[in-house]
Amino acid sequence: MNRTLYDKLIFDCSHPGRRGFDLPSYPYPDALAGLPQHLMRGDAPVLPEVDELTVVRHYTNQSTNNFGVDTGFYPLGSCTMKYNPKLGDAMAASPTVAALHPRQPAATVQGALMIYRTLEYMLAQIGGMEEFTLNPYAGAHGELTGLMVIRAYHIDRGDHGRRRVIVPDSAHGTNPASAAMCGYEVSEVRSLADGTVDLTDLAAKLGDDVAAVMLTNPNTTGTFERGIPEIARMVHECGALLYYDGANLNPMLGVARPGDMGFDVMHVNLHKTFATPHGGGGPGAGPVGVRAGLERFLPNPRVVQLADGTFDVVADSADAMGRISSWLGNYTVYIRALAYILTLGAEGISQVGPLATLNANYVMHRLSDLYELPIPGPCKHEFVFDGLRDKSTGVTTLNVAKRLLDFGFHAPTIYFPLLFHESLMIEPTETESLETLDAFVEVMRAIAREASESPATVKDAPHDTPCRRPDDTEAALHPKVTYKDWCDAAV
Amino acid sequence: MSNIYYLPTHEYARVEGNVAYIGISAYAAAQLGNVVYVDMPETGDDVEAGEDFGAIESVKAASDLFAPVSGAVVEINEELIDNPRLVNEDPEAHWIIKVEMSDPSQLDTLLSPEAYAAHCEAEKH
Amino acid sequence: MLRTCGAGDIDALYADVPPELRLRSPYNLPQALSEPEVRDFFADMDAHCKPLTCFAGAGAYDHYTPAVIDAITSRSEYLTAYTPYQPEISQGTLQYIFEYQSMMASLTGLDVCNASLYDGSTATAEAMVMTVAAGRRRNRVLISATVDPAVAAVAATYASCRGIVLEVIPESDGVTDAAAMAEMLGAGDVAGVIAQTPNYYGILEDFEGWSDRIHAAKALFVINSPASPLAVIRPAAEWGADIAVGEAQSLGMPLNYGGPYLGYMCCTRALMRKMPGRIVGATTDADGRRVFVLTLQAREQHIRRDKATSNICSNQGLMTLHAAVYMSLMGTAGLRRVNELSAGGAHLLARRLEATGRMRLAYPERPFLNEFTVEVADGLTTGQVLRALCDGGILGGVALDERRMTIAVTELRTPEELFRYESIVKTL
Repeated sequence: MNRTLYDKLIFDCSHPGRRGFDLPSYPYPDALAGLPQHLMRGDAPVLPEVDELTVVRHYTNQSTNNFGVDTGFYPLGSCTMKYNPKLGDAMAASPTVAALHPRQPAATVQGALMIYRTLEYMLAQIGGMEEFTLNPYAGAHGELTGLMVIRAYHIDRGDHGRRRVIVPDSAHGTNPASAAMCGYEVSEVRSLADGTVDLTDLAAKLGDDVAAVMLTNPNTTGTFERGIPEIARMVHECGALLYYDGANLNPMLGVARPGDMGFDVMHVNLHKTFATPHGGGGPGAGPVGVRAGLERFLPNPRVVQLADGTFDVVADSADAMGRISSWLGNYTVYIRALAYILTLGAEGISQVGPLATLNANYVMHRLSDLYELPIPGPCKHEFVFDGLRDKSTGVTTLNVAKRLLDFGFHAPTIYFPLLFHESLMIEPTETESLETLDAFVEVMRAIAREASESPATVKDAPHDTPCRRPDDTEAALHPKVTYKDWCDAAV
Repeated sequence: MSNIYYLPTHEYARVEGNVAYIGISAYAAAQLGNVVYVDMPETGDDVEAGEDFGAIESVKAASDLFAPVSGAVVEINEELIDNPRLVNEDPEAHWIIKVEMSDPSQLDTLLSPEAYAAHCEAEKH
Repeated sequence: MLRTCGAGDIDALYADVPPELRLRSPYNLPQALSEPEVRDFFADMDAHCKPLTCFAGAGAYDHYTPAVIDAITSRSEYLTAYTPYQPEISQGTLQYIFEYQSMMASLTGLDVCNASLYDGSTATAEAMVMTVAAGRRRNRVLISATVDPAVAAVAATYASCRGIVLEVIPESDGVTDAAAMAEMLGAGDVAGVIAQTPNYYGILEDFEGWSDRIHAAKALFVINSPASPLAVIRPAAEWGADIAVGEAQSLGMPLNYGGPYLGYMCCTRALMRKMPGRIVGATTDADGRRVFVLTLQAREQHIRRDKATSNICSNQGLMTLHAAVYMSLMGTAGLRRVNELSAGGAHLLARRLEATGRMRLAYPERPFLNEFTVEVADGLTTGQVLRALCDGGILGGVALDERRMTIAVTELRTPEELFRYESIVKTL
């Protein structure tokens, strides 16, 4: 990577008059000139003026400063960075799909609607739910949608006193944030030493002002909530609903269904469990499933199948909790997820969970003599170390994570869950080979040795990445969030 | 008798007459690390004892600020807008807001410096 | 591997799952398909869809996608990366988001842009929430009746959950009734005012004097616009608005039956820390080089949990790459050309359609860019018109009701296609 040539912003490459576009010149009137000038723009926006090859080189070279699943192993806990099969990308790139406008008459998009209904049906099978909506754009958006469904359900029953949502202290940050976004107060329930929910504390926090309890199962420590039937009973007894955060669904594939565990509402992260690419932070998709009796609260618009077998879109169902998207969600993400399920089939999908769990337990066992394992397992798809066993070196979880980058591995999730001071959360996923897992284990072991023998090497890491450790404090203290800010600060 | 009082959530109220200077303790500042931003109310706003009146942020953490006493904000420490790191340098000198107390008897419910030190010691374990 | 784990079989690793919860029968899913069979399946689905020559808008526009974009966005270094939490190996993602933020901020004229929201509707709902968060206990928000109804419905859904009172400012002859807005502001407690330009009818709204009135009432002014027209119309900052939001699909993103698209949000520096979502900032690394990081993270859900500015976590990362590459290729001149062609075609088509006598402009006095609203002649319904056009391979627009429909033209619509549209309408 030649940094001296390409360490630029696209604005730095700008030369007045250069062009990277090629558009027709139809004999249309100059309508802009005829518009009231006080409604038109004064100064032109500042955009780069570059030729096509400059654009291509710039973004191609930038991409080499990035790490993706296709680059290497990505053991990022709770993120399920499995391989994204290329067939899905190829199917999503269909020129037919690209040309479909969301407001086309249903008769002209029967294939697209069939894809929707098919995926909704398959997710309902896998989740043990009655119905799904594919409208939510991401996992957090799915959580919000699910909570809105729960809210609509309570209001429909005339129960207006439910103001609280309970989440465990081990929950993903999105759980409390989604609850707050939905207008609920958040109560935290304690975890026991083994990472599972403290049922005594749960009982104390439950009441007739609780709308829902949000759980992941397995939870963020990779531990299965074995008390889930009892939890479901307690939650339902007080009139609340049980929400399943699908972030950790992967190890349950082929093993157990959230619906059978007693969950009423769930979301699925297609970009985790169903192998659609993360795209550097989106577009994802967070379909929401509900048990029988809650379907009518799902958001507008809905895809429905008519008596004659054709499909239609219903945009104005009065029972729906409202609307959470411009149209029917991130359509090309669904194509990829469906391609994944079709490729694996019933049997393949059923092997996903067990193999993900086997891979995680293998890595855990091979490292737990050097890294502190607060919850002994067996784990499910992921597990948490509380830093190195040898605390005398002063090497932190952050240091270990950064040192991993030097060896060509992505870092695990760090300082989450909040239950331990030095959380280091590893999720290998089922798509990694034994050779890759062994290579990762050897590097983790080497870093542990380094921490004792030459701690400075670990503490100053990374050494061999496209950039060194950035000054986060300066970034937050004097935010420079545009090219203009950067230039102004340089003056 | 000391004129400084604490909340268990690490805010202090340094009292001069009927005015309380409110900030965060040295212990809290150390825990938080480099402060990058202090979210403050506006002069004239009312604060309520036990309720949050703002927040303080470091790069990777943020804490709500709770008011030890009720009253009207008569001044905010504008120095902290451009230089929030003053809080790290000397948190007790660099107060965050100055409040005209509406009920000085609320001070009786707060921790003394000794009781607060014991509280911090307990929190470490 | 099992031996290392001390387990006899994989099932032993699930000993903690109560037997009554275990999946008893296999999933009711089809057997695995081979790669060619999966291709056949999707080819069959495509065969059951009929792409039409697109004259529909209503938030989604058929602009051209330059070939470079697919070549760049399909690079798996970008496509298969996670959120850039590890800046040392994510400079590619961080840099394109920074470039995107810079370009969008320049388009809207505002200081700050976030790393994107899901779509234009959720961006608008988030802006509404932001005005209330900044408004300290004020909880009324006004939204114009000329805002896209789907966008308004999403805002209303978010509002109802949070106890935000969202009130509709009536319209008058196709634009927001400014006098009604002033009156509603006067009633007090307003945290924000949301309006759209070009509005749902395609009309350019005139916000002269709005920001003074809104700011005098201590409320914030939010303008929703599709992104592409911002290259030529008066942008949010020039109207004195505090927040600009909207759908950025018009920056050359394929229609893709509704998604993925891109919600943008820009605001003044004063509001920066109230913004939802990720923000990328420039800083230096240990070697003193300019590098990029996720910054101002203390606003976000993974740190602030229930006190976060929003629950958003993932955004539309890859779509911001699409937008950044598009804007790099087009530049100001290209975006202006796109708008010239689109508006030129729209004005030409509007004239020709009026000349048929089968439809007329619903708001003839109002200025429009590339989208306009027509009213069909007596004896015709919009359903009839759209069906006839559809039979001729044309998506003629979006019906507002029995009498009115919107029609959008982009630079992709050729003179022949305009002629075909006109010819079909003439037959009715």
